[in-house]
Amino acid sequence: MGSIIGAMGCSSSVADRRSENVIRAAILIQKWYRFTMARLEMRRRYSLSIFQSIEYADEQDQLQLSNFFTFMLDHCTHPESVSQIFTSPSAPQVVDEDLCLKEFEKKIDVPDSYYGPRLSFPLTVEDANALLHAFRNEQLLHARYVLQLLSETRRVLKEMPNITHLSTSYSKEITVCGDLHGNLDDLLLIFYKNGLPSEQNRYVFNGDFVDRGKNSMEILIILFAFLLIYPNDLHLNRGNHEDYIMNLRYGFTKEVSKKYKDHWKQILCLLRDVFSWLPLATIIDSKVLILHGGISDTTDLDFLNALERNKLKSLMRPPKSVRNRQDQMKKRIPTTKPSKHIANQHVAGKTQHISSSGFTEPPGSNLPPDPALKEWKQILDILWSDPRSQNGCTPNKCRGGGCYFGPDVTAKLFERYNLKMLIRSHEFKPEGYEISHDGKVITIFSASNYYEEGSNRGAYIKLNPELTPRFVQYQVSKFTRRRNLRERVGTIESSALKSLREKIYAHRSELISAFAQYDINGTGRISVNDWAAAMESVLQLELPWRMLRSQLAQMNPDGEVDFMSCFYDLKMGQPIKEAQPALAETLCRYRKDLEIIFNIIDKDHSGLISLEEFSQTWRLFTSHLGIDIEDDSIDKLVLSIDYNKDGHIDFNEFLEAFHVVHRLEKKATS
Amino acid sequence: MAEQEKGRDGLIAEIEKKITEAFEVFDRESNKTVDGREIGCIIRSLGCFPNEAEVQELLAKIEEPDGFVHLENFLRVMTEVLLDRRFQPIPEDVILHAFEALDENKCGYITKEDLVKHLTEEGERFTQEEMEDMLVVALDPETNTLHYRDYRTKLVVDETKIFPFNV
Repeated sequence: MGSIIGAMGCSSSVADRRSENVIRAAILIQKWYRFTMARLEMRRRYSLSIFQSIEYADEQDQLQLSNFFTFMLDHCTHPESVSQIFTSPSAPQVVDEDLCLKEFEKKIDVPDSYYGPRLSFPLTVEDANALLHAFRNEQLLHARYVLQLLSETRRVLKEMPNITHLSTSYSKEITVCGDLHGNLDDLLLIFYKNGLPSEQNRYVFNGDFVDRGKNSMEILIILFAFLLIYPNDLHLNRGNHEDYIMNLRYGFTKEVSKKYKDHWKQILCLLRDVFSWLPLATIIDSKVLILHGGISDTTDLDFLNALERNKLKSLMRPPKSVRNRQDQMKKRIPTTKPSKHIANQHVAGKTQHISSSGFTEPPGSNLPPDPALKEWKQILDILWSDPRSQNGCTPNKCRGGGCYFGPDVTAKLFERYNLKMLIRSHEFKPEGYEISHDGKVITIFSASNYYEEGSNRGAYIKLNPELTPRFVQYQVSKFTRRRNLRERVGTIESSALKSLREKIYAHRSELISAFAQYDINGTGRISVNDWAAAMESVLQLELPWRMLRSQLAQMNPDGEVDFMSCFYDLKMGQPIKEAQPALAETLCRYRKDLEIIFNIIDKDHSGLISLEEFSQTWRLFTSHLGIDIEDDSIDKLVLSIDYNKDGHIDFNEFLEAFHVVHRLEKKATS
Repeated sequence: MAEQEKGRDGLIAEIEKKITEAFEVFDRESNKTVDGREIGCIIRSLGCFPNEAEVQELLAKIEEPDGFVHLENFLRVMTEVLLDRRFQPIPEDVILHAFEALDENKCGYITKEDLVKHLTEEGERFTQEEMEDMLVVALDPETNTLHYRDYRTKLVVDETKIFPFNV
């Protein structure tokens, strides 16, 4: 290698030789530089893989949790609180239809001290501008106006068909935006670059306005305000996150309850209804189909157009007929010891998901087709599915809901309805958009920095009358200076590894027993190959474990992994001495689920629940999951955290203790 | 003999797993296929230092007409590359010599203009984007020059600390 520089060219002159040396040096530097950049790119890619795998695994957990709610209803300890939130379509409406603008005005006082925007209906462009201005300055809209806006929105949405037809002929272009997920800055940036919605500037927002980001409420308010002002020029499609059960896990419920301490319940209740009235799809010039997720081999646009869309308040609660079948399948899952059991359950979770294709009638049964089931399945498929390049239609294993559809499925649907293009969202894309199925399917994703600052760009589509799509990409940055690739990758990577370590900790005992199976002589060391196999068998995240090994576990000089080292630097946020390791691990793993459950039980939203409620729910939850934890260990733990002995515990504070801290990171930041 | 064979098989199996892992990070649809344009990145992330011509040569053997590369084909050629230890790392002193060769007056730094000229006009030329990316990190903002000794150590240290896997 060293000879490249030293080697003499054939030319005799010194100058020639020099320039030859310079060229060789340039080649070397270029080669070396591209090498270092490639390694950086690899780190960026695997970090995104970690985020995505964990995100999809979480969606499966959410489905598990939905099963638990059903279970809870059947074994009710808190009948009314649970049923109130989790009843099916005909949920009791706190806010009924007659309670209109005037009523809210009478009932909810806006104090003089309120300095945010004041709305009067019907809304005008000035109102929308005032809202944008207020939200840029981080003000809140008063609950009265929120409720008025929501009830007006519901009134308008009710008038709309399930599938909206638009044409490009009367305005030049239509802009289509994908997932926003509560990132207000992205919406503001789109409006800044592309102009506010108006009769001349039409928009379609393709679902997933809420959850994850901090400003879901503000995004909804802005979108709904423009919808009321320009009902023919701004269109909204429902996404899989416009679903109140999803909102419990992914942050929107929490956001509303924090921002509106007095009226959060009313707002959420009304929103549940508003979401169910969102149209399902938009078709432009009879050629371009826009919907949130995708299609399946049974997608029937005529059927979708005819059903009563507001009946399905949440897709996370399948109709009863489906639930019964799920229960039957559930019984087949062995519920033995925690370690093996969870692994099995995970596998089960991957196959026993609420996919459409999973629920065909069993052979030999002559049951009449269930209309509720068909409606649910049709909507589930269009809100949850993802395109794949392989032909066919298979259950969406990663997400646990909807399906994967291939180019043949797209082609068939296009032929049947004479379509030219499908625009969908629903999937994170590093560049903000992706083209698949030979240009027929476009994914558009408008939330930049979705996983972490610098993780991805957002994009929107401009469609002209010829229906040729043009993509506009952008990225919001909170940094004034442009950070270099190395810094950006560093941020994304450490954040990805942090979530991964939390997962590892939460599966500690299963991992240890999986490692032990390879460690026949009990040396505490196994080969990299075995280590990688054990990690995958327990966590099932399909990650490049060999590559990640150096970040997760230590290796000794002869190339074997010291498997306990992946837990060395991980510990609980605040160690509670009464919590035995197995219990702590379980609490860590189900922290999110428990938070959701306790929030439901905690009717007045005080953050406190009684000791009795706590341990009853805990027992129900662990027995549902088949976790074998001694009863008195949780009782002891619960008693120990009732610091002032008043019979109530602050569950948020309690659960906060069970999140994993990486010791080295702490050191680095302190 | 038999044991040696087993050792070699084991080695091959391990190498194949490493290649597969790196490949799958770029396999967006999990269908054992990647975009041909990503092959250079995958090869390099496996610890190899090919130049662009060598990447293109290897790609030509395995790229499908539609621009994609299948895992089985990549596995075949890449296992060979790793077993033959082709595209070996560039030793540190060689990199240093290369920078020195661009430093005409031997003053320990290279001006921005010289660097841009050499790397975008000669050899396997940098694209605008590559050049800009490099300058952001490499240049001393005060003097607009590249002090290559510091720069090299910075990258090397960074690299081995966070990403020490090798085949």
